This record gives sequence, C-alpha cells and structure tokens, in this order.
Amino acid sequence: MTPALIYGLTGIVVFGIGLFGALCVRDRLRRLLALNLCGMGAAFVLVAGAWRMPPDSADPVPHALVITGIVVLVSATAVALALIRRLHTLESAPEEIPEDTPE
Amino acid sequence: MTEPLQFWMVALLFLPLIGAIAAFVLPRHAPIVGMGVALGVTGAAVGLCWQVQSVGTGTVALGGWGAPLGINLHVDGLSAAMLAMTAGVGAVVSMGAVNTFGGRVARSAETARPRQYFWPLWLLLLTGLNGVYLGTDIFNLYVMIEVIALAAVGLTVLSGSLAALRAGLDYMFASILGALLLLMGVGFVYLQLGRLDFGGLAGADPSGALVAALALMFVGLALKTALFPLHFWLPAAHANATAPASALLSALVVKAALYIIVRLLQHMPAPGEALVVLMGLMGTGAILWGSVQALRADRLKLLVAWSTVTQIGLIFVALAQAGVAGLAHSWKAAAVLILAHGVAKGAMFLAAGRIRAEVGHDRIRDLDRSPVRPALAQLAFAFAAVSLIGLPPSLGFIGKWMVMEGALAAGNWHWVVITMTGTLFSLAYFSRVFAGFLRFDRVEADVPGGVVEQRGRAPMDYAPLALAALGVALGLVAAPILEFLEIGRAGGWP
Repeated sequence: MTPALIYGLTGIVVFGIGLFGALCVRDRLRRLLALNLCGMGAAFVLVAGAWRMPPDSADPVPHALVITGIVVLVSATAVALALIRRLHTLESAPEEIPEDTPE
Repeated sequence: MTEPLQFWMVALLFLPLIGAIAAFVLPRHAPIVGMGVALGVTGAAVGLCWQVQSVGTGTVALGGWGAPLGINLHVDGLSAAMLAMTAGVGAVVSMGAVNTFGGRVARSAETARPRQYFWPLWLLLLTGLNGVYLGTDIFNLYVMIEVIALAAVGLTVLSGSLAALRAGLDYMFASILGALLLLMGVGFVYLQLGRLDFGGLAGADPSGALVAALALMFVGLALKTALFPLHFWLPAAHANATAPASALLSALVVKAALYIIVRLLQHMPAPGEALVVLMGLMGTGAILWGSVQALRADRLKLLVAWSTVTQIGLIFVALAQAGVAGLAHSWKAAAVLILAHGVAKGAMFLAAGRIRAEVGHDRIRDLDRSPVRPALAQLAFAFAAVSLIGLPPSLGFIGKWMVMEGALAAGNWHWVVITMTGTLFSLAYFSRVFAGFLRFDRVEADVPGGVVEQRGRAPMDYAPLALAALGVALGLVAAPILEFLEIGRAGGWP
C-alpha cells in the first residue's frame, strides 16, 4: 500500500462521512458542516492523487483545482450561513412575517 | 481580437460581468444598466450566431494561453444556439422585470432589497451561463456552474419570505453537494488523463476509472438540474421565487447543467449501456412523478414548477432514446427540447406571475371564480403550454417527434410509450388551468359589469406573449435550427 493510496482511501472515507451527514442530519448548521467535511474529503483525494515519489515534485494542477474548490466552497458556505441566520431570525418571530408575500 | 466572431465571444462573457459590477455599484441606475446589458448581450448573441452560420466555429485562447494549460473559449452550433436562447429569454424576462423591479425610487423598505439586488444577481447569472456555453474544459465549467448556483440561490430568496428562504437553503445544500460530486469527478478525470479540456477527453481510452468519474459527474449534475429522484429542491424553489426570478431559474439555470451533460456525452468515451438506460429510467420517473404532482398542485406556479421536472425527465429520455450507439444523434433531440423548454417555460412563468398579479392569487381551483381575466397573459400561458405539451407546429413538437422517431428506429418502443404518456399527462394538468381561464359560469357575480377582461399593458404582457409565440413559431424553422446545431460537430475540438 503506497502512502498515496492510504491518503486517497482516507479521503474517500471522509467524503463518505460527510455525505452521510449531509443526507441524514436535520439540523441546518450541522448539515452545512457535513457538506464542508465532504469538501475536505474530495480535496484530500485530489491532493493525494497529485503526490509523486520524492525525487519528483507533486503535480501542481490538482492543487490548483483544490484551491479553487476551497474558494468556491467558502463562498457557498458564507451564503448558506447568511440564509441560516436570516431564517433563524424570521422563525423566532413568525407572527410578524407573512408566510407567502405577494410579488 | 481581429475576427468579429472572437469579438462577440469575449463580449458575451465580459459585458454581463461588467454590467453586474456596475449594477451593484450604482443601485439607482441598476434597471437601466440591466436592461441595456440584456439587450447588448442579445445583440452580441445574434452577431455570434450570424458569424457561426457564415464562418463556422471559432476559438479564443484567453490571454494567448491555449489548451491544455490555458483557458480556451470555443463556439459551435450548439453553443451558439444555447447562447442565443439564453440572451433572448433573458432580454424578455428583463423587460418583465423592469416592471417588477424597475424605477429609481423604492416604494418601501420591503421592495427596496429585491429592487436593489435583482439586477446584479441576474447579470452575474448571465455571466455564468454564457461562460458555461463558451467553456471548453470541465474545470472551468465547474467554476462557472458555481457562479450560476450562487446567483440562482440569491434570486430564489429575493422575495425574503420564509417559504422562499427555506426553499433557497435547500437549493443551496443540493447545489453544494452537486458541486462537490462534480469536483470529485473532474479530479478523477484529471488523475486519469492528465487533461481537462474536451479535446483531451475525446481521444481518451475508455477505462473503468473514467466511467466512474463520468458517473460521479453525472450524479452531481443531475442534482443540479433536478433529475428525479434528485429533484426534491426544485418545486419549492421555483414556485416561491418572484415571477422574473422563477422564469430565469426554470428556463435558464437548470439548462446549464443539462448542457454540460450533453457535452460530456459527446466527448467522453462511451459510458456503457447501463448508464444510458439509467438516465432513461430516471427521466421516466421524473415524467411520471412530476405529472402526478402537477395534477395535484394547488398553486399555478407550483404546477408550472412540477412541469419543469417532467420536461427535464423528457430531455433525459431523449438522450437515452437510442442507447449508447444512438448518442451520436440523440443529443440533437435533447438540444431541441432544451431550447423549446427554455423559451416556453420563461414565457409561462412570466405569464403565471402576471395572472397572479392581476387576479390577486394563483389558486388553480379559484381561477374560474375570478371576475378579472388578464386575457393577454392567459393567451401567453396557453401558447407556452402548446409548446410544452408538444402540439404542432411548436418547437416542443419537433423535439418530441425526434425522440419518438429515434426510439422507433432503434427498436426502443418503450421510450415512445413514455413520451406519449408524458404528453397525455401534460395535456391533463394544463387543462386544469385552461378550464379556470375559460369557465365563466362560476364567477362571483357581485361585480356590476360582469367579467372584467384585462387587456394588459405593454411591455409586461406583450413580452411573455411574444416569447410564447416564438416558441410555437420556431417549430416552423426547425430544419435550419437542426442544421445550425450540427455546425462544428464534424470537425472536433481544437
């Protein structure tokens, strides 16, 4: 078993744990964290796949993919957190907000 | 930048991007900026189609860096058709939105926020969509589809109501998960092939790992395009958004992921019969389940949203109609259905929004009680339904015809049965709405003049009507459209 394989399999397991959480957890914040865990798992797999035996340097392209993926995930997480916060505010004072506002 | 073709391609990408920033920085002038950019993009798309028709395909290597390291933009018949559909529907929706979100002075704090943010979000969405249709490597498509997703979630929650926020959050979760699956698949493709551009994919040897990567990407994209059983987020999100936002989400946003699936099927090594049959089965599920839900829907916009689910299912059936061997041709039927649905559904959501605004509610069972009949909006809804049901001579009819023809030629008669069943169902659920439009004996008759026919005012009633009529009329020029879609398919990728 090469180190790359061990890291890759770990990444897949982390991805699986995150996927399980994203599908089965009801709490919104936990669900978001599970999705972030998923993202970490995917990043793990890609970085492990970029690894080469020491005299060779690692393939930089998967690293670039991972960094872009992190940027995308951070912005998506920020939007989701803003939505969760807004929902939390609205739900704590439900009688003031009409369920179905006309356009 | 010497060729006009390349000029139009770059303009299509950067005009909406600059417009989005301008609309955000200058909120008071956002409607003018937004409308101007929407019209400018339409002009650029027409110019691009003209060039593609006369010159053929075109490529731009941004910054002078070509594939495999740099980012290439490429346009062929299918891309140009998608760009034109996006620009046209977008311009009409913008006209509808000028009425909803236009004006310089906000009337109240309630309407100020949607008014301020609609235009930047819509132009950002347009940037992402154009980027997907011009992109040539799967990682760029991933980034662009994320730009689309963030803008689309923003548009979903624009009304700020609790229902819209809940639907928007579900949409966001589905979208993140879909993006991660797509990213994982893209990464696997790179680890396998060392390339990400379509040109590199086309020459690859088929292997088990590549099929696994394709399957991962397919699931991620199916989640984003809301293919049954991954459609759970769509009806609430599309039904609770404001009317122009619903039109954009339903007509354009889901098409981006569909387009990527079509492209992957064109360029990846043959995915195996199982995956193709699975696509057809999921499409069948979407048609049946979506139809049943549309028959049960109590709100007009919810019915229209479920009809989107069935139409997406139909597009997957179109892709699967002739098995792996038929993929070389069946993408054309899918592309025609994508274009037909984009045009018709944009018109239908705008019309539904107008009907709701005039009648005061959109409960289907009470439509025939209303003394107010917004005649033009109802006509637009009916025209859009003609294309979605697939009555001749609409573009939807041409698409369904091609599906059935291809399926019969390949001996897959079961897809014909599914298509027919879907058609019958769509006739049934749209008839629920038409009955409400056309029955006058249950009108609550406390209005002195009897039924009040609203003629509607330009441009907000004429815009959806024109779009819906276009969806019907495009079927008459189906042969040139099909030839146009073929441009560039013989040559391969740069």
